[in-house]
This record gives sequence, structure tokens and C-alpha cells, in this order.
Amino acid sequence: MNQDEVRKAVLAELMRIAPELEAGDLVAGKLLRDQVDLDSMDWLNFLVALHERFKVEIPEADYAKLGTLDQVTAYLQAKAR
Amino acid sequence: MIEFKLPSLGADMDEGKLLEWKVKPGDKVKRGDLVAVVETPKAAVDIEIWQDGVVHELITQPGTTIPVGTVMARLIGEGEAPPAPAPAPGPAPKAAAAPALPAAPPPSRHAVSPAARQHARELGVDVEQLTGTGPHGSVTVEDVEKAARAPKAAPVAATRTAEMRKAIAAAMSRSKREIPHYYLSETVSLERAAAWLEAENARRPLPERMLMAVLYLKAVALACKAYPDMNGHYVDNAFRPAASVHVGVAISLRQGGLIAPAIHEVEKLPLPELMKKLADLVKRARAGSLRSSEMSDPTITVTNLGEGGVQAVFGIIYPPQVALVGFGGVSRAPTPAVVASLAADHRVSDGHRGALFLAGIARLLQEPEKL
Repeated sequence: MNQDEVRKAVLAELMRIAPELEAGDLVAGKLLRDQVDLDSMDWLNFLVALHERFKVEIPEADYAKLGTLDQVTAYLQAKAR
Repeated sequence: MIEFKLPSLGADMDEGKLLEWKVKPGDKVKRGDLVAVVETPKAAVDIEIWQDGVVHELITQPGTTIPVGTVMARLIGEGEAPPAPAPAPGPAPKAAAAPALPAAPPPSRHAVSPAARQHARELGVDVEQLTGTGPHGSVTVEDVEKAARAPKAAPVAATRTAEMRKAIAAAMSRSKREIPHYYLSETVSLERAAAWLEAENARRPLPERMLMAVLYLKAVALACKAYPDMNGHYVDNAFRPAASVHVGVAISLRQGGLIAPAIHEVEKLPLPELMKKLADLVKRARAGSLRSSEMSDPTITVTNLGEGGVQAVFGIIYPPQVALVGFGGVSRAPTPAVVASLAADHRVSDGHRGALFLAGIARLLQEPEKL
């Protein structure tokens, strides 16, 4: 998957969790949790969805690396290689 | 004969609209079966039955709004004989031999596919207002999506939100009118709980990881067993303690408003099972698929507003309950800690008992491995 495809897949999963989200309004370099109403259960469900879609393990210690859409995309691309 | 009545699903419910029967005459039902879907101001709720029997007669028609307590159906209980059929009319006198009137058509039922109904709940669309384009005029998923895209969908969603606001206003106003609240708070160290949870989650696959909220729920439930005057209902000027701890979990809904359905017998649940139940409850609350028992019998409520960054929350008790425990955000420095708060009913307990209860919760959170 190239970067665009990964980003689109991440956005699709995010919008499944937060259907009110307008993808166009999301700033890729800004913290997701500042832009989307995500509680810890939503966040866990989002990560589980990514884990299942990309078949990657995401240790809890890595959560801090997943702040923005750009970071999530880069992390998954690197892990999925 | 068993009378199946519309149950009250909370202090904020006076009436409900029957959306759908899940059973038909002749069906055998047993305790706990889902028999109907009823719309309340807060959500569409799957209604359970609490007796075994055979459905004899469905009285309420889908689409009808009825007060709480209305007999919706009659069932034949175990060992009961079905009622004798009405005696056949004798031969009519010739003079009265008017042409028989055609039988009244059965009240029309709005045919909606289950997928469409589920989708409509998610999108805030009122299926009863839609004209179906599916087989025999049934409402399809496409009809729901079309309605959701149409400009008129907004007022429907807005109406639902307004109804929920009214329901919350009624319950909370009643609470503040009737319940003499007292409030306490305590800063609770989460150093051990956070370390334990981190280690536990490190060895769990992602879908089985747990949240700190689960430890809060279990600690509150166990503390309730030690302080039963926090767990139960105040009805008819008397407190009725509950035998089990059914924790109402305050869940904010994405379209606005909140709902606090129960997880049953939390004191008995191991943490991983409690986590599964919490995840399932949040998912179903947001999809509008709750059960009547979850709505009607919480014995205490827990609210966790730490996600929003607040330091502490002082809630309003959901009547007829007598206590609400709140958790604020987890502060990280110098060590993890949270402000736990209690709103309790002064008719039932005093501040001293409340303080002991909060201290009990704090103590339980220091031994997470025993929760």
C-alpha cells in the first residue's frame, strides 16, 4: 500500500468510529484527539480496527507515536512493510 | 393469563412508542427473551420479558405511543389453559340479516428491514416517516440513506436530540428538587493501578486490552458491597438496598446527550469480562440497541469525565438511585492520580459514610491485582 492508500484506509476507520467527522476538515499534522471527539474507548476501537485491517501489532508503548494522521500513516506504513 | 406491560425504563420515561414486535401469537417465550422494540425519548430499546409463556395476543400496534404500564400483550403462562374461544353466535334473526361488513383491515404495519432499522437508528432517521421502495413497500437501507441525505433529515435528528434534552432535563430537575445531595471528593493515587494495567496490557493482544475505566467500575462495585447504603433505590419515602451492584455507566452519545445503562452484577465480573461488557455496552448505546433491563435497573451510576480534561466531576444523582461516583482526568505528575468524587443522597447516608465509601474505593484501587 502506498502512503495515500494507507491514509485513506486510516481515515475510513476513523470515520467509522466518528461518523460526524468531515475528512476534509482534518489537518493531517495536528493531533487527532484535538480535532475529533475520541474517548479512550473510541481510541482503543480505532487501534483495534487498524490492527485488524493492516495486520500489525501496536504495543501500548507506541500510542504516543500515533498523535496525528501523518504519524499514524507513517507508523502503519513502516510496520506493514 | 400474563399481562405484558410497557415497563418504565428510567425516571425520565412516561411513555414509549412501540416500533416493532419481535414475537407473534403462538410463540413460546422464556424469561429474558427480547419481545419488542420501544422508542423512548433517549433511545430505541429492546424490551425483555420476565416470565415464561406463550404469546396469546398482541394488543398494541407498532407505531402507537402508550403510557408506561399499558398492557401491550397477553400471554398464557406455564400450566395455564388457553382461554376458551368466544362462543359461536347463534343463528341471527332473519330481520337482522344485514350484509356482513367487510372485516376491518389489520392496522398497517410499517415494514422495515432489520438492517434498515439499525441503519436508521445510527443515522437518526425516523423510519416511521419514510415511504418504502422495497418489496411490498418496505423501507430499505437505501431509503434510509436517501432520507439521511435529504435536507429534511436534519429536523428529525434535531427532534431526537431535543427529546433527549427534555428527558434529561426532567430527570435532573426531579433529582435536584427531591434529593438533598451532598458532595465529597478525594485524590486517589493510581500509581499501582497504572503500573499494573500497563504490565497487563503489554501481555495482551490489542483487542483484549483494558481501560482504567474498568478498574474504576470494579472498585466502585466492590465498595458498594461494603457500603450498601450507596447502592439501591429510594422509593416511597424509603431506601431499598439492592442485592447486586448494577452499575449505570454514563455514556455520551455522538449526536449529543447521554445515557446511563447498567452493567449487571459488576461485583462478580473478572476485569477482562467487565471490559468486554463495557465495550459492548458503549457500542450498543451509540447504535441505539439497548435492552430494557439495562435501562431500568442501575443501582448506582459511575461517570468518567477525565477524557474531557476536567480535574473532577460532581454529578447529579439519577433517581431513584442514591449515589453517583465521578472520576476526573488522570494527572501524571508527580505520580498518576485521579480525583474521585461522590454525590450521595442525604436522606439515605451521611457525609461520614460517604467519606468511608470513597476511601474504600481508593483502597481497592491500590490493589488492582485483587479487583
